[in-house]
Amino acid sequence: MDAIIKLDHLEKTYHSAETPVRAVRAVSLEIARGDFVAIMGTSGSGKSTMMNILGCLDRPTGGTYLLDGVDVSGLSRNEFADVRNRKIGFVFQNFNLLARTSALDNVKLPMLYNHSGSKLSGKAQQDKAMKTLEMVGIGKRWDHTPSQLSGGQQQRVAIARSLINDPVLLLADEPTGNLDTRTSFDILGIFQRLNDQGITVIMVTHENDVANFAKRIIIMRDGKVRSDVQVQQRSIAEVELKKLEAEKDDDDS
Amino acid sequence: MKFRVIIFTAISALFRNKMRTLLTALGLIIGVAAVIVSVGMGNGAKAQVMAQIASMGDNVILIFAGSVNRGGMTSGAGGAGTLTADDAMALERDVPALELVSPGATGGSRVAAGNQNWSTKIYGASPEYFDIRRWTFTQGGPFTDRDVKTSAKVCVIGNTVATQLFGEPELSLGQTIRIKKVPFTVIGLLGVKGADARGQDQDDTVVMPYTSAMKRVMGTKTLSIINVSAVHGANIPVVVQQITDVLNQRHHIGGDRDADFKVLSQEEIAQMATATSKIMGLLLTIVASVSLVIGGIGIMNIMLVSVTERTREIGIRMAIGARGSDILLQFFIEAITLSCLGGLTGIAVGLGSANLVSNFAGMPVLITSGPILLAFGVSALVGVTFGFYPAIKASSLDPIEALRYE
Ligand SMILES: Nc1ncnc2c1ncn2[C@@H]1O[C@H](COP(=O)(O)OP(=O)(O)O)[C@@H](O)[C@H]1O
Ligand SMILES: [Mg+2]
Repeated sequence: MDAIIKLDHLEKTYHSAETPVRAVRAVSLEIARGDFVAIMGTSGSGKSTMMNILGCLDRPTGGTYLLDGVDVSGLSRNEFADVRNRKIGFVFQNFNLLARTSALDNVKLPMLYNHSGSKLSGKAQQDKAMKTLEMVGIGKRWDHTPSQLSGGQQQRVAIARSLINDPVLLLADEPTGNLDTRTSFDILGIFQRLNDQGITVIMVTHENDVANFAKRIIIMRDGKVRSDVQVQQRSIAEVELKKLEAEKDDDDS
Repeated sequence: MKFRVIIFTAISALFRNKMRTLLTALGLIIGVAAVIVSVGMGNGAKAQVMAQIASMGDNVILIFAGSVNRGGMTSGAGGAGTLTADDAMALERDVPALELVSPGATGGSRVAAGNQNWSTKIYGASPEYFDIRRWTFTQGGPFTDRDVKTSAKVCVIGNTVATQLFGEPELSLGQTIRIKKVPFTVIGLLGVKGADARGQDQDDTVVMPYTSAMKRVMGTKTLSIINVSAVHGANIPVVVQQITDVLNQRHHIGGDRDADFKVLSQEEIAQMATATSKIMGLLLTIVASVSLVIGGIGIMNIMLVSVTERTREIGIRMAIGARGSDILLQFFIEAITLSCLGGLTGIAVGLGSANLVSNFAGMPVLITSGPILLAFGVSALVGVTFGFYPAIKASSLDPIEALRYE
C-alpha cells in the first residue's frame, strides 16, 4: 500500500492545564494515497488535535509521523511552514478567509508564501487563481469580499485557496459544520470530485450523513482510534442532491 | 513573497484605518515638522547674524567702557565712564595694527524737527566711524575732523529718523533738528542698513561728532565706546591682546584691580549674538527629539494593538504556509511605511510652518536639504526601531493559538 500518511504510536499531551491532557494516545495508522477518510468522535475526543498534527500546524509529543515518506517531526519551523504551503490544503469550519480581501486575493495568498524556486509570474498566478475559483463554481464572484458571500460561497473560496498550490493532502476540520444540508452536499461533492482526481482527503465531522461521503471512517474516543471501517454504502453527492430536490418538490406539493 | 506585494499589503492595512493611522503618525509628524522649523530658524538666525557681522565692517574691534553684559551692550547709561579720548589716541599711537580709531559716546534722546519729534539713539563718533562700520551715504556726507575739534552742531541721520521727522527722508538734508534744545544741521543721510543681529533697527540713529555729543547732548567727559578696525590680515586675537595691554597700563589694571573696560572682536560679538539662537535651537531640538521618541512609542503601541487585533489574520497566513519571516516582514514594513508616511507629512507640515513663520512672524528661516533628509532618516529609523518588537511578536505567534483567537 502506498501510504501518504503513516503514524506510529503518535502522542500528543497538552501541559498547559493543571493536569496534563493526553489528547492523542499511541495512535498508529496508515492512510493510503487517494483515500477519503472521515474522522468522527465525540467532542473532546482528539479529532482537532489529530488534524493539527497531520496538517503540520502542531508537533506530536511522541511517536513518529511520516508524511509522503518524510519524518516531519524533525523539521524546522520554516520547513513546517513550507510543508503546509506546498503539500497540504486546509479547509476550516469557519472558513478563515482574510476579511476585506477579495475572493481572488484570498485564493492567491498561498502562492505569495511559496518559497520554492518555481514561482509563477503575476499574470500566471492570476489566471490559476481564477481557474481554481471557476472549478469550485464561484468564478463570477471573484471580486467579492467574504462579507459579501454566503457561508457556502465562502467555503468554496476557502477550498479554492487550499487547492492553489496543488497539495497532495486536503484537510478539512468540520467543513460543513456551519452550512445547511444542501450546501454541505455541494461542498462534499467538490471533495469527492477532487478525491476522484487523486487528492487524498481527510475530513473531521460528527455527522454520520456527512461521514458517509468518505471511503473510510475512523472513530476516535479519548484520543484513541476506536473503530476504523470502510464505508459500505457510500453517499454520492449528485445522487444525494437529486434526492433533496425530490423531497423539496414533495414538500411543495 | 514579492516586495511589491508586501508594500501594497502594508499600505492597504494602513488605509483601512485612516483616522488611527493619522493619529499614530501625529507624534512623528509634529517631531519632524519641529526639526525642520527649528533647524530652519536656527540657520536663518545664524545667516542673518553673519550678514550683519559682515555689514558691520572688516576686522572691527569694539572697546566698551565698564563691564559688559552678554549682548555686548555697556552696562548702565554711558558705561562706567572710564574711557577717554586720550585712551583712543594712545591706541592709535601704540597699537600699529590698528587702521582706524573712532572714539564714541552713545546715549538716547528725543529729537525734534518742526512739530515732529522722535526718540532715538545718539551716536557720537569721529569721521573714521563711517569707514569702520561701513556706513554709506544716500545724500550729503560725513562730518569732518574740524567739526570734531569745534564740537560743531552738525549731524548725519539714519533713514528711520529721517522718515519719522520729515516724512520723506530726502527732505532732511540741510534741515535743522533740535536735540536737548540744541539745533543741529543735518549734513548727511545714511544709507539703509536694516536690523542688526539683535533685531534692533540700525537706521534709527543720529550720528554726530563725539565732542558735540559729549558736551552738548550727554553732558559727559568720558567715552562709552571706542570703535577700531585692524589692518587687513591682522591677527585679531593678538590685536585684542595689544589693546588690552595698552589700556591695562593706562588704567593701572592688574593685581586685584579688575578691568574697567571690555574688548570684543567681531568674532566674539558674533558668538554672543548667536549664543541665544544656539540655545533656542538646542531647546527646539530637544523638543523635536522628545516628540520623535513619543511618535515612535505611539507607532510601537499601535503596531502592538494591530498585531493583537490581527492575531487571527496572522494565524490564517501561517496556516497556509507563511513563514515567521514573512509575517515579520509584513508588520515591519507596515511600521516603516507608517513612519515614512508620517515623516513625509511632517516634512510638508514643517515646510508649510517655516513659510508661515518667515512670512507672517517675520523671523528669518533658512531651509536646507540637510535637516529635511535628517528628519526623514530619523523617522524611518524610528519606524525600524519601534516597529521591530511588534513584528517579532507577530512572527513568533503559534499558528494554532492564533487561529483560535477571537
Ligand atoms: N491547547 C490546548 N491545551 C490544553 N488542552 C487542550 C488544548 N487543545 C485541546 N485540548 C484538550 O485536548 C482534548 C482534545 O481536544 P480536541 O482535539 O479539540 O477534540 P475535538 O476536536 O475532538 O473536540 C480535549 O480534552 C481538549 O480539552
Ligand atoms: Mg474539534
